Amino acid sequence: MLAADDASSSRGGLLRNLPIARLALYPALAYSFLFFVVPFLVMFCVSFWQRTRGRMEATWVLDNYTRFFSRDYLVDALYNSAEVTVFTTIISVMIAYPLAYILAFRVPQKWQKLILLTTVLPFWTAYVVRSYSWLLVLADNGIINSALVRVGLVAEPLTLAYTRGATVLGFVHFFTMLLTLTIYSSLIQIPRNFKQAASDLGASPLQTFLHVTLPLSVPGVAVGAFLTFVITIGDYITPQILGGNSEVLIPQAIILQVQRSANFPMAAVMSLVLMVLVTCVYLLFNRHLKMDRL
Amino acid sequence: MLNITPARVGIATPESSCGSLSRRSFLGSTAAGLTASSLTPSLAFAAQELNILVWCDHADTKLLLPFEEKYGVKVNSKVYEGTGTALSILEQSAPGDWDVLVVDAPDVPQVASLGILEELSEDIAPWGDIFPRLADAPWTRIDGKVYAIPEKFGYYGFCYNKNVVDPADARRGDIAWNSKYKGRIGVYDYYFPVMQMVGLSIGKTPSEITYDDLGIIRERLLEMRPNVRTVGDIVSVQNALVTGSVDVIVGGAEFTVSNLIPTNPHLDWVIADSGGLIWNQGIGILADSSRKELAADFLRWILSPAGQGSLATSECFWAMPASRAASLSADQKAILRWDEQENFLASSHFSLLPEPDMDFEMLDIWTEFLQS
Repeated sequence: MLAADDASSSRGGLLRNLPIARLALYPALAYSFLFFVVPFLVMFCVSFWQRTRGRMEATWVLDNYTRFFSRDYLVDALYNSAEVTVFTTIISVMIAYPLAYILAFRVPQKWQKLILLTTVLPFWTAYVVRSYSWLLVLADNGIINSALVRVGLVAEPLTLAYTRGATVLGFVHFFTMLLTLTIYSSLIQIPRNFKQAASDLGASPLQTFLHVTLPLSVPGVAVGAFLTFVITIGDYITPQILGGNSEVLIPQAIILQVQRSANFPMAAVMSLVLMVLVTCVYLLFNRHLKMDRL
Repeated sequence: MLNITPARVGIATPESSCGSLSRRSFLGSTAAGLTASSLTPSLAFAAQELNILVWCDHADTKLLLPFEEKYGVKVNSKVYEGTGTALSILEQSAPGDWDVLVVDAPDVPQVASLGILEELSEDIAPWGDIFPRLADAPWTRIDGKVYAIPEKFGYYGFCYNKNVVDPADARRGDIAWNSKYKGRIGVYDYYFPVMQMVGLSIGKTPSEITYDDLGIIRERLLEMRPNVRTVGDIVSVQNALVTGSVDVIVGGAEFTVSNLIPTNPHLDWVIADSGGLIWNQGIGILADSSRKELAADFLRWILSPAGQGSLATSECFWAMPASRAASLSADQKAILRWDEQENFLASSHFSLLPEPDMDFEMLDIWTEFLQS
């Protein structure tokens, strides 16, 4: 095992030292520099500018930051985004983990690919279409309410659409698939004989899961959860369609500033605040983000 | 109000764009994410092509095909939303890329001041057919010059489910605050007209709303919130109305439900008896266009009875044609409440033209309303 690791490491070292390998990095670095670093710096500068009298003035003032943090409803948007994202991530992990576990360890290998494909089928539909489809399910005369009213369980339709719950539901539907994939790919890399060894040493199935399987699958959970967090907190479509503006999340507040009044400086401040939050979460997840395990 | 003098011939003085382009410069510097390929017409600029930067209702085949066949040209349309977006696209495009621009009529003075629009000849429009209220609108003529012709209009009012809502309630104008409809109200997510409608409900004439009035409008807006189930774009509020999640849409009108009524006859729209808020769109020729004659022919087609009929009943959204001579069937006219137009127009109001600071404050209040 060690010898194999050494050989693999040695091959990796050789590849890294080849000039062509270094050259191959440059396009990606240039791309990241041009389309991430430069726009980020522009956004940072613009956040200090001011939008007045139909134009932007290149000033260096903190007015936009002051304005953001002094408006309760804008700070609330940040809290709302964080709450919705945390709920989504936790619920998605709770649903995706058992699914991935059963898929990896209980389903015969020959069926795994087919079931995995079935699991990710919803990915094949457009995101907006999927959100509107959920609306048809959750609406007052949608499938759920119609059924409940028809069987007499409720007299009046339940308020399902245009709520935070609807937003989280839409997110969870999407991210459960993503998390299932990342967790599954992490689980199938765990050598089967690890579980056998734990069992031979007297561990119960629960102890084996808690002390062997779960720790080794954490990287898959962490990567999936982090991706879920990042994509959810920046998403505009689902809260808009399913949440119905019942509350404002940060991406919606940004869109309002850009689309309605072309106030790019204020939008830049909100975007930077969002980036700071995502960076903090990244640092939190960083210890477990082992992309090579996927 | 300025007078109409339909007399001149052809395109008036094809001056190149000039003057301060500060807004364009600003937009150019901030729209770095947009690529040139997404901003310029996809087809080559052959002599027999016309490139139009328009609202979605101008992209219908039934509107464009007759013109293309008559003139043997290809019309390349790019759909945009919001004048700011249009200005960004123009800024990112090469001079002459675009020939025709459709624009929110109240923005015409601002756009014209940037030198983007060509001054139009009076005879390009059938002024005698155009509803006088539109022809005389403050933005139709700027210092006596026409830069965009009114082509389509409508109102911000109320859409409702006839099976549930008493039309008399909608016509009173205070339906959004009526406790009968608690939790049954949807609101069109556009702060600018809706806040003016709120102003109307407390007797403020939209065009006379000042910064100082925003406090009382805010209070009234926040009072509406408990009745509101959802706030969304057109498609979202249409969806909410059709699926029974709301019974009323505040800020909607003919443009929101007319194309749904043939298949959803229980839907209808109206404006308050005290008047609604008028919106209208104008069509103009870009100053940098190298195909101004063809562009002028396109404007004539759009303003012709057949063009107006097709434009009014676009698949994207229906609304009133600016021309009273538009070719529409009796059913289509009924849906658009054709017979009430004279009264509607007489009682309705043109939009406020706010200062940027006031606009920012209105957006702040709207965000607070959404969050409340």
